Amino acid sequence: MAKDHDPTDGAAVGSTVEKHGANPPSHGTAVVVADEVQNPGFPPFRPRVTDLSPEKEKQAERRVSAWFFVSIIGSVLAIVAYIVFPIHEGDLLSVRLNNLFLGLGITLGLLGIGIGAVHWSKALMDGHDLVELRHGTRGTDETRAKAVEVFQLGNKESGFTRRKLIRNSLIGALAVSPLPAVVLFRDLAPAEDPVALLKHTMWDKGVRLTRDPSGTPIRASEVTLGSAFHVIPEGLLESDHKLEEKAKAAVLLVRLKPEDLHVSPGREDWSYAGIVAYSKICTHVGCPVALYEQQTHHLLCPCHQSQFDISHEAKVIFGPAKRPLPQLPITVDEEGYLVARSDFTEPVGPSFWEREL
Amino acid sequence: MTTTAPTTETKPETGRGMRFVGWASNYIDERTSISGLVRELGRKIFPDHWSFMLGEVALYSFIVILLSGTFLTFFFQASMVPVIYDGSYVPLKGIEMSVAMQSTLDISFDIRGGLLMRQVHHWAALLFVASIGLHMLRVFFTGAFRKPREINWVIGFVLFILAMAEGFTGYSLPDDLLSGNGLRIIDGMVKGVPIVGTWISYLLFGGEFPGFDIVGRLYVLHILLLPAILIAALGVHMVLLVINKHTQFAAPGRTNDNVVGVPIMPVFAAKAGGFFFIIFGVIVLIASLFQINPIWAYGPYDPSPVSAGTQPDWYIGFADGALRLVPPGWEVVIFGFTLSLNILIPLLVLPLFLAIVAFYPFLEGWITGDKREHHMADRPRNAPTRTAIGAAGVTFYAVLWAAASSDLIATHFKLTIEGVINALQALLFVAPVVAYFVAKRVCLALQKKDREIALHGFESGRIVRLPGGEYIEVHEQLDEYERWKLVSYTDYKPLMIRPDERGRITVRQRIRAGFSRWFFEDRIEPVKQTELEAGHGEHH
Repeated sequence: MAKDHDPTDGAAVGSTVEKHGANPPSHGTAVVVADEVQNPGFPPFRPRVTDLSPEKEKQAERRVSAWFFVSIIGSVLAIVAYIVFPIHEGDLLSVRLNNLFLGLGITLGLLGIGIGAVHWSKALMDGHDLVELRHGTRGTDETRAKAVEVFQLGNKESGFTRRKLIRNSLIGALAVSPLPAVVLFRDLAPAEDPVALLKHTMWDKGVRLTRDPSGTPIRASEVTLGSAFHVIPEGLLESDHKLEEKAKAAVLLVRLKPEDLHVSPGREDWSYAGIVAYSKICTHVGCPVALYEQQTHHLLCPCHQSQFDISHEAKVIFGPAKRPLPQLPITVDEEGYLVARSDFTEPVGPSFWEREL
Repeated sequence: MTTTAPTTETKPETGRGMRFVGWASNYIDERTSISGLVRELGRKIFPDHWSFMLGEVALYSFIVILLSGTFLTFFFQASMVPVIYDGSYVPLKGIEMSVAMQSTLDISFDIRGGLLMRQVHHWAALLFVASIGLHMLRVFFTGAFRKPREINWVIGFVLFILAMAEGFTGYSLPDDLLSGNGLRIIDGMVKGVPIVGTWISYLLFGGEFPGFDIVGRLYVLHILLLPAILIAALGVHMVLLVINKHTQFAAPGRTNDNVVGVPIMPVFAAKAGGFFFIIFGVIVLIASLFQINPIWAYGPYDPSPVSAGTQPDWYIGFADGALRLVPPGWEVVIFGFTLSLNILIPLLVLPLFLAIVAFYPFLEGWITGDKREHHMADRPRNAPTRTAIGAAGVTFYAVLWAAASSDLIATHFKLTIEGVINALQALLFVAPVVAYFVAKRVCLALQKKDREIALHGFESGRIVRLPGGEYIEVHEQLDEYERWKLVSYTDYKPLMIRPDERGRITVRQRIRAGFSRWFFEDRIEPVKQTELEAGHGEHH
């Protein structure tokens, strides 16, 4: 493909490559100057040491093949490492050694080939730059005329534009035909309405608050001032949909001084002796709001840094979340264990379109 | 630099091997006419520049991903059925987890080389996305997206999106705590989409989050659908590269009508083939030395715990950062429907940003009105406004990206989290503007410097005292080959508004003129031949 070419013919930059078209393409707002600097043409070839000295050439040849031998050694070493560094159950060091030496062997096997081949190409293969001419990307006028003719013949012989009824009904049929495929995806999820599911959790009147993950119930007396408990509803561990339920029902339980709590009307009996329970699922996009700062009573979501103030009913004090964390109304049962008064009074977790309905 | 390779006389080889090669070639050609393809492509010329290897890195790391990923599929089980772990990793024994997590742990701890392949796969994926990003920046800043390569730019953009999608779906497969939280965020974002969000999330997860289906579904996307589309798009990308031929930087002898470089057979094949093995080798080396994604340290997914300082893989960072930078309170209820602007705005801004990236070539083409083919890569300084826009875009991305680590920035530099977020919120708007003006001024200054050097040479550092007592510093002229690189570029001037044939000035015309003024008002003209000749006279 390399052809002799006088580099000084044809302008330097932005010249018209399309020689096929009748009219040269527009150069737009590009400035065309009459006396632009002329391309000086190719500089003289600068030979490499391997071009000049047969001795150096021989050295390079040996180096290239040495790299290929290194590669063979590396690949063999990898196989050896696979055998001599087995993995022993429970022994992390054996995993590390296997990983390390197998990897180093393979590395050597690959790098040997790579470095050898690149060195070969740079030091020994012909070092002259070659020149290939570009041709306009567009087809020649003749080719394009032929292509147009093909379409015209196709149109003529089928009557695609003439027989409008056929054409339009075909387009209609093609447009409708994928619709069954769309409908087929309905059963990606069960038949139930997701909105109803999102609005309820496992919490209900009398459901005990239990520790996450052990599931042991919590006495009000165990919740000391300033402590925080990660809580799941009793019975969650036996659920068939444990993770789905937990993703809605996870709760954080903390005890503040009752005088530190700012309680709004209607929520007076939602806490017990300064013990309050809030949904742990962030109202932004649903990460667990797991970082509790005891001194300030702030909860921080580690995902997007929304902060909630527990002493002010978990209202948002910073970050992208909008709504406070929903509060779980709690009390104690006759045995002194903490129980829910009811389910959450609003949907937990991230907002969704039908949330307020 | 001659155009024909020097012919070292080689005797025709006639060993048994050569006879076999001859027979096999003939056999294949008589059945495929492949000789035509070899003739067409075998000596195709590739120009050389270090920045042209970025795309190669992307291609080769993709091959590494395919190879290591295939190995992993032999062992990985994409099921979310809960099991009690009883494998080799003692700290997790007896813990309930999904089969997906268990099989990933087995790959890591029970299969020799399994951990290595996992790490090769993950590191190669990170390198893949990174090299695509750098390759895109190279193409952008050198204007290699101009006609006739606009379509290939768009295909490359699609590849970039696919690479990120592959990354995210793959990241989610082990079903560990970190990836589960990533999916939880996706679920929350999807639910924030008006009208359809709740249902899309429900269908995606096969019920309520997390359900039992998502890993299996992502697996099919990850190993079948996305790779198939990716390979098809990659094929078209390569075919168009061959049709358009590669761009080259200005250098003596190179013109818009030629390609100067090395032929595929043998030099480019050896270089590129060798480079593939080097990339592969370096990835394996990294994978054998540096741990990545230790899912056993995170544990199985559980919606309740999360560790502080959790980070997504770096290429998802800009999206996560966008979520973090939303100020409080962006959620409204309209007619009883909840509109989560805190999610919706990032979901609109990011695609808008990406759309500008995807369609930039068409915008610039419309502004310049230049319908010629461009095969000479621009030096970034010679297109100051484009370079400045690119700098602004990179800065915008960088601020979003930094925001994804806002908590780590705060803890490492002992700052308040609120201060970091507020500073980044301000920077998101201020920094791109600053970057724009700085980049533009730097480009113009560099162009001026180039012009000065081309006309008057460079300061040689040699001080000469003239007979009259005057001291001068001798300027040395560049040779014509070096000078050519400085003076050879396309210059545009702002569009003059002219009435059309019906004597009207259209709105479209006015907008284009406005853009054109913005792009080309500040310009440094390339040196002309007459200037050069005049300049040579005066030596000082």
